[in-house]
Amino acid sequence: MLKVNSINCGIVIDHITAGKGMKIFEKLKLAEADFPVVLLINVPSSKHGKKDIIKIENRIDLDLTMLGLIDPTLTVNIIENDEIVNKMHVSIPKEVQGMFKCKNPRCISNFDEYVTPKFELAHRNGKIRYRCSYCEELTSYSI
Amino acid sequence: MSLKGKHLIDPNDFSLEEFKQIFDLADRIVEDRESFSSVCRGKILGTLFYEPSTRTRLSFESAMLRLGGTVLGFSDASTSSVSKGESIADTIRVLDAYADIVVMRHPKEGAPMLAAEYSRVPVINGGDGGHQHPTQTLTDLLTIRRLNGSLDNLTVAFCGDLKFGRTVHSLVSTLARYNSNKFVFISPAELRFPEHLKETLLEKHNIEIVETESLEEVINQVDILYMTRIQKERFFNEADYMRLKDSYILTRSKLANAKPDMLVMHPLPRVNEIAYDVDGDQRAAYFKQAELGIYARMALMALQLGVDVNVKGK
Repeated sequence: MLKVNSINCGIVIDHITAGKGMKIFEKLKLAEADFPVVLLINVPSSKHGKKDIIKIENRIDLDLTMLGLIDPTLTVNIIENDEIVNKMHVSIPKEVQGMFKCKNPRCISNFDEYVTPKFELAHRNGKIRYRCSYCEELTSYSI
Repeated sequence: MSLKGKHLIDPNDFSLEEFKQIFDLADRIVEDRESFSSVCRGKILGTLFYEPSTRTRLSFESAMLRLGGTVLGFSDASTSSVSKGESIADTIRVLDAYADIVVMRHPKEGAPMLAAEYSRVPVINGGDGGHQHPTQTLTDLLTIRRLNGSLDNLTVAFCGDLKFGRTVHSLVSTLARYNSNKFVFISPAELRFPEHLKETLLEKHNIEIVETESLEEVINQVDILYMTRIQKERFFNEADYMRLKDSYILTRSKLANAKPDMLVMHPLPRVNEIAYDVDGDQRAAYFKQAELGIYARMALMALQLGVDVNVKGK
C-alpha cells in the first residue's frame, strides 16, 4: 500500500467521495500552489470502500466554502503541531458569491462586469438549488 | 416606520403596513390633488429608461410634476453614455448627484437592484425585463382597494403571458401576502407562470393555485380578472409570438358568466386581448387603473423623499 507521511501543520480534506478529489484540487487551484500538496485517490475506506484525500502542508487559510457544494460528505481537519485542532464537517453553504453563474440569460449578473453573482440556498422537495439575488431564478449547482 | 430613503426594487421590500401608508396617502391625494401640488418643490426625479416605455415613464413624470418637482433623464439608452458601454454602477453614481430620486427601467433582470447597491438616493424599479414591476403592483393594489374595498379573500385570475409578464409576477407575490387570496393562472403551456417563482411562493405562503388553459371554464369564480398582453419584445423568435399572440381575447359575451362585481384589470397597453366592446362594461377597470397609477406614484415618491405631506386640505 502507498504510504504518505502525516503532516504536522496544515489541512487534511478527508472522506472525499472517490472521484471528486481531482475536482476539489482544481477548484482550490492547488496546482498553482507553492506549498506541498498531496492528492490521494481511491484510498481504501472502511466506510465507503474507497475515498480521496487531499493533504495541504503549512497552510490553513484557504477559502473552503465551496467544498460543501462539491461534496457535503467530506471532513476537514486542521492540523497544528501534529494534532487535529479542528475537525469540521462541511455543509452546503446558505449563501454563495461568485462561484457560479446565474442560469437566466436575461439576468444582469451575466452582462455587467461590475456584478458578482450572489445566491441564497433554496430548499424545496429535497432539491438543492440557489436563488439569484438579482433575478430570483433558481440555478441547480453541480460541479 | 418611515419610507424615507428606501428603495423599491421588489414589492417584498415593503411591508403591508408600508403599502397601507402609501395607499392612505394616495387616497388623500385623489380626494384633493391641488393641496399636494408643491410638496416636492425643489426635488428632481431622474428617469433612467434603458428600454422604451410610454405610460410608466409619463406616469412617473406626471406624478413628480404634479407634486411640484422637476424631472430629468433619458428615455432611450442609445442616446446616453450607456451606449458607450458605461456600467450601471458608474451611471448611477453620477446620476445620484443630479437627482433626489431615480426610477429605472431596464431590459435585464436585476438591473435596478444593482443600481440600488450603488445609489445614494432612493431607486425605484420601473420594470426589469420579465422580472418585477413593483409600481404597477402599487397601482393594481390601489385600484383593487378603491374599487373592491378589500385586498383579502379574493380569487384573482391572471390571463395571458404569465411567463414574461412582470406585472403579474409582482402582483402575485404581493397579493399572496394578504389573507386568503386564491390564484387562477390562465395561459398557454408555453407562457405558464415561472416554476421558480411558484416555488418561491409556495415556500413562503400556504396558498391555493389553479392552473388552466381555459378562461371560459373559470371566469364565473373570479373576483379580479387580470388580463395581460402577449409581449412581442420578450420572444426570441417571431414564429412563437405569432402562434401565441391571440391565445386569449376577452369579449363582452365572455363576460356574461362573470360575477357582476368582478373587476377586469390590465396593466396596458393592450393590443387585442380585451375587445373594445368590453370598455363600456361596468366591470372594465383598466383605464381607472391607469389613472390611479399616477396617484400611487405620487404617494410613493413623496414618502420616499420624506417631504411634508401634512398639507392643509380644502
